[in-house]
Amino acid sequence: MQYSVRKFDAVIVGAGGAGLRAAIQLSEAGFKTAVLTKVFPTRSHTVAAQGGVAASLGNSEEDHWHWHMYDTVKGSDWLGDQDAIEFMCRKANEVVVELEHYGMPFDRLDNGKIYQRPFGGHMSNFGEKPVRRSCAAADRTGHAMLHAMYQRNIKVNTQFFVEWQALDLVRDAEGDVMGVTAMDMETGEIVVFHAKATIFATGGAGRIYYSSTNAFINTGDGVGMAARAGIPLEDMEFWQFHPTGVAGAGVLITEGVRGEGGILRNSDGERFMERYAPNAKDLASRDVVSRAMTTEINEGRGCGPNKDFVLLDITHLPPETIMKRLPGIHEIGIQFAGVDCLKEPLPVVPTCHYQMGGIPTNYLGQVVVPKGGNQSEPVHGFYAAGECACASVHGANRLGTNSLLDLLVFGKSAGETAVNDLRANVKSHKPLAQEAIDRTLARVVRLNNQKDGADVHETRLAMQRTMQKHAGVFRFKDMLAEGVARIDEIAGQVAQTQIKDKSMVFNTARIEALELDNLIEVAKATIVSANARTESRGAHVRDDAVDCPETPDGRDDKNWLKHTLWYREGNRLDYKPVQMKPMSVDTIELKKRAY
Amino acid sequence: MAEDRRARINRLKWHCRRALLELDLVFDRFWERYEDTLDAQGEKVLESLLELEDHDLWALVSGRDATDDPQLAAMIERLREVSPMANFE
Repeated sequence: MQYSVRKFDAVIVGAGGAGLRAAIQLSEAGFKTAVLTKVFPTRSHTVAAQGGVAASLGNSEEDHWHWHMYDTVKGSDWLGDQDAIEFMCRKANEVVVELEHYGMPFDRLDNGKIYQRPFGGHMSNFGEKPVRRSCAAADRTGHAMLHAMYQRNIKVNTQFFVEWQALDLVRDAEGDVMGVTAMDMETGEIVVFHAKATIFATGGAGRIYYSSTNAFINTGDGVGMAARAGIPLEDMEFWQFHPTGVAGAGVLITEGVRGEGGILRNSDGERFMERYAPNAKDLASRDVVSRAMTTEINEGRGCGPNKDFVLLDITHLPPETIMKRLPGIHEIGIQFAGVDCLKEPLPVVPTCHYQMGGIPTNYLGQVVVPKGGNQSEPVHGFYAAGECACASVHGANRLGTNSLLDLLVFGKSAGETAVNDLRANVKSHKPLAQEAIDRTLARVVRLNNQKDGADVHETRLAMQRTMQKHAGVFRFKDMLAEGVARIDEIAGQVAQTQIKDKSMVFNTARIEALELDNLIEVAKATIVSANARTESRGAHVRDDAVDCPETPDGRDDKNWLKHTLWYREGNRLDYKPVQMKPMSVDTIELKKRAY
Repeated sequence: MAEDRRARINRLKWHCRRALLELDLVFDRFWERYEDTLDAQGEKVLESLLELEDHDLWALVSGRDATDDPQLAAMIERLREVSPMANFE
């Protein structure tokens, strides 16, 4: 199979928030930088982020990065690395102001300063009361951010390769990274992007679940590529779920629906939340509601032919209230559930939203792996940022508006570290590792020639249903163990997928098969890691984790205050300590996470 | 020419991969129905619709916004067609 080679100082995979931010850093420094992206940059999934970006600017009331740090450590259920969290919270104001200078149209106060609004989990004075910390641009923050950063990149001559699918990391026997292999969707041509610095900013892999709020492009390409190249994946058991996504579609039904009086019901029509949370009922916190919904479904009180969802009922509310206070819900019901919510209840399930784990990095954006006694040895030439990376600032649970902050801070940090490395240490391109290139070519040839293989759509669906059932929002020992075996079986089918369309130009069937190669690595990492972690922490909640004084809410700090590392080779696990020591302030000591 | 159409449709299908799940789902359903029958004029209209930003496109598809262009409006109507119980498998 033919391929060609193109040389750049740096190659960045992914043009969402993190990739664009990293590219600005490299191009501004004068380095020849290529950004590969599956879709046009301003159609990256960052567009879907509406809430805003957290920064303790203190424009409306007193605020401090240390308070923000406290909230983030607590939100992470103490699994976040405190050095990286301090770094992120201290850098927040700087990256927000920079973004403003790039032309980001933030909402403003009358005095011209950036308007800030409150957001769940963000508090003043170490958890005392809510604080206004989120900076937004109406309900299009992510979109506006991408536009501002894309324009900046055009100005500084970043070279974009739009509609290119990255295939594999090129890593040699010493473990150094020297670029990626990629396919031009327009022609099917394979090109090796030979680089001195390679940055992954490929986003999350929410599509491993059957019910996901993520767009179809979120297939964990960077995470899958890293795993195939022998990089371990960190804390992949931690996925944030939202209680109410439309069953079978994943589209989010805002919490506001329950706020306005929406009621969750099971197949008997029972308002089941009265049993789980007698006071808060349907307004209990996200995790409590999600767990109750899962229990109802598992115990046979789900609705529909497969008894696999519950109902969100607003038929008792006046239609004018629904239309006025909950704009869009009526249309979403009709479009995605085939239901007129003024007359019938909406089918809902807990829905996957955000990936907390990923490619292990430090706060400099360097990818780090255990090597020769060092738990976090940087991989030469390899950096990662955003949802695909695990810095780890979100730990076991992410706070709202910290995801946009993560991609700005660590996108910049990865770019900056790459610039420093290129200036100081890496003067020339390391010769390409032919073996790594051959492995990519073999993978594509296998797919093109496969006969009597597995159907991509069916196999992906089997994976998604298995993950939803066996490693969803509420986890059970036996289900997890069964799920590990089932995903292993499905992985065998993924290795033998077949495509009927062999054409070269925009062959979407081939792209979907290649994406599935990445998704399955994420699914394996998730279910194996979740099966092993026998405690409950943050978003990882197990039925068999005992709530007692030694392990409150099932959290077992004595045995499980550590990061998981999953290796593809041998499907094996390792662990590394959580960095409890911040950069300059005292450790935020362990305590029960309660709001 | 069949080969050309295949390539054009594949390109359009990829351009229907959007930033918002809502649009991905709508286009998925659209292709299931119209892949075999979409004519050259339809391809052209769809292409111009796909040039829109995702939030603007969703505002049109969800009925919160409207367009004066009769051709675009007709295409939006096709995207809005729904079955009694949507099935996204």
